[in-house]
Amino acid sequence: MNQDRMIGSEIVLKALCDQGVEVIFGYPGGAVLPIYDALFQQKELRHILVRHEQAAVHAAEGYARSTGKVGVVLVTSGPGATNAVTGLTDALMDSVPIVCLTGQVPTHLIGNDAFQEADTTGITRPCTKHNYLVRDTDKLARTVHEAFYVARTGRPGPVVVDLPKDILMESGPYFGPTNVEHKTYKPTVKGDADAIRQAVALIGSAKRPLIYYGGGVVNSGSAACQLLTQFVEMTGFPCTSTLMGLGAFPASHPQFLGMVGMHGTCESNWAMHGCDVMINIGARFDDRVTGRLDAFSPGSKKIHIDIDPSSINKNIEVDHAIIGDVAHVLEDMIKFWKAAQARPDKKALKDWWAQIEEWRARDCLRFNQSGKLIKPQYAIQRLYELTKDRETFITTEVGQHQMWAAQYYKFEKPYHWMTSGGLGTMGYGLPAAMGVQVAHPKALVVDIAGEASILMNIQEMSTLAQYRLPVKVFIINNEYMGMVRQWQELMHGGRYSESYSAALPDFVKLAESFGGVGLRATKPEEVDPVIEEMLAADAPVIVDVRVDPAENCFPMIPSGAPHNEMLFGPEDTQATISDEGMVLV
Amino acid sequence: MGNVAKHTIGVLVDNEAGVLARVIGLFSGRGYNIESLTVAEVDVEKELSRITVVTSGTPMVIEQIKAQLSRLVPVHKVSDLTTDGPSVERELALIKVAGSGEQRVESLRIADIFRARVVDSTSESFVFEMTGSTDKLNAFISLMIPLGLTDVSRTGVVAISRGPNPL
Repeated sequence: MNQDRMIGSEIVLKALCDQGVEVIFGYPGGAVLPIYDALFQQKELRHILVRHEQAAVHAAEGYARSTGKVGVVLVTSGPGATNAVTGLTDALMDSVPIVCLTGQVPTHLIGNDAFQEADTTGITRPCTKHNYLVRDTDKLARTVHEAFYVARTGRPGPVVVDLPKDILMESGPYFGPTNVEHKTYKPTVKGDADAIRQAVALIGSAKRPLIYYGGGVVNSGSAACQLLTQFVEMTGFPCTSTLMGLGAFPASHPQFLGMVGMHGTCESNWAMHGCDVMINIGARFDDRVTGRLDAFSPGSKKIHIDIDPSSINKNIEVDHAIIGDVAHVLEDMIKFWKAAQARPDKKALKDWWAQIEEWRARDCLRFNQSGKLIKPQYAIQRLYELTKDRETFITTEVGQHQMWAAQYYKFEKPYHWMTSGGLGTMGYGLPAAMGVQVAHPKALVVDIAGEASILMNIQEMSTLAQYRLPVKVFIINNEYMGMVRQWQELMHGGRYSESYSAALPDFVKLAESFGGVGLRATKPEEVDPVIEEMLAADAPVIVDVRVDPAENCFPMIPSGAPHNEMLFGPEDTQATISDEGMVLV
Repeated sequence: MGNVAKHTIGVLVDNEAGVLARVIGLFSGRGYNIESLTVAEVDVEKELSRITVVTSGTPMVIEQIKAQLSRLVPVHKVSDLTTDGPSVERELALIKVAGSGEQRVESLRIADIFRARVVDSTSESFVFEMTGSTDKLNAFISLMIPLGLTDVSRTGVVAISRGPNPL
């Protein structure tokens, strides 16, 4: 084993290099000055200076989710660490592998309310997969390697390593990343063969099957996505995706029913409600998907594949649980399926598909682009049509535009769709796009944004300018926090309390002031030319698309309702919401 | 949903800084109930501590509690001592009773019946030490109330499985 001695800050950087890290997103400060000094004296690691620590974490998330690698963040103690908390929580909810290095006051000052001191491990304990406070330079190298191991294995997540300044300045031994196996943390990768066999037997007896997959497939890797496609095709079953799973299976495939859940398609949700065997692959029965729990898919036997045992029977009791990595489990399922005799009744499956086609014919995502106002759905549909033949990555902020992006942008490949699903963090999209662009300098990266969300991390336009990152910000500007207004319309008598976006900046001038290009579309016929102009610009661009301010996001399953009680359009907004539904978010 | 029942859960953890906070934070953050919790180092060489938590919930909630505990990185093992075979549970209490005359004699007499030991005595008070099931401790304490109970300190339940096997 390598027994080189070096100072703590050099140990940290050496460990990052040995972990294959190429880029760090960070912001300097007093407690991390030794690391910044070491960074200055080396050439292997690239540092991207963000303008706010929250953005550093979202950028690392975008980097991680578009590459499958661990994203790395470096921030200082106190406010540096507390600013990172939203990003860490976001990464925890969406299972994104992040290692966040935080500075800390020197060990002898911990607990003294020192300048820029915060109890970082205490604050981040519930919003990380794990965290460490390093109190001994001898343990520094091992801790950093272990942090990477914990972040990327099992169900991925964010890990914080808190680094007191004295630990960074003392010398200690360096150990390489070998033998990081942990004495207690050992995720199950391979699924139990008997459980998989039983699941395959159940699948063979299905009459109305449905495959429901989520972000776990993407996290498992591109092999898992290919195996999913193979499994869907060999069974001939319909499949539906969660918000997080989009792209794991090609959206243009005839067996794909679209997204499931609160703003999912009618055919997906009704198939979910009416199926007799549900095969959940790497999804977690989130409340946005299930709707009312006691009325969720009442007639189905449920199979659940998940790497995290705590996801099993958390919200929905299932009949068959398989704990393991999706790629491994699917490989076995395909093997057993080929060997098994039982096949679903062909006639029943045909009838099931006929029923689904009937639902699909309802064309629940249709919209009417007429009149002088741009429909938001139209803007996103045109963006899709004009960018689908390029290598395009899409990020979003949070709200109506996010749901429209999920509905109208069709993802054919994994790793190209980055959105804040679990936490629903407004301000996610721009920094995430920045991280994606750093990882894929030649690709087209578009943040589909709302005019309210974009202002939450707008300062990152400055970062884009500094590093010449040509991210395109496509603002669906309806002058409202649209989703808030939609719920106020539905549940609070149309009293639009504080949901109007007053005093908006001139987004065109704003882009220009940051050294970017600003564009605007106000009429339907301007949408295409503006998108073309955006694509032609080799610079950060903000496009201000002024859309119909009254448009709402449909279909919708209102809070507390089951899947078969969907709202399809404005004509349905007088639907009554139950008292139980009113308290839900 | 199933009925709410009381469960005693044994958790073997690395004895490192913050591990108790992780366990307690998990219970409070996810809204699980803690009826009692005890913790102490049990293996100095391997730096292991053992936590005993008494909690209550529906079968689905108890399953979640176990899965969530197992997910914590420094946790070695989680065992539901209520369902994973027979087990022994004990709790220790120190009980202070102040009084004089017939009440004082009566408290001593009841302590004798309950096999409580006197560990401190002044002319106007006793401190009794008592070990047993939670129910036995509760019964003794309620008998002491009219006799001048002034203070109680309890450890919470510790538990171990019966038979030769470890956790």
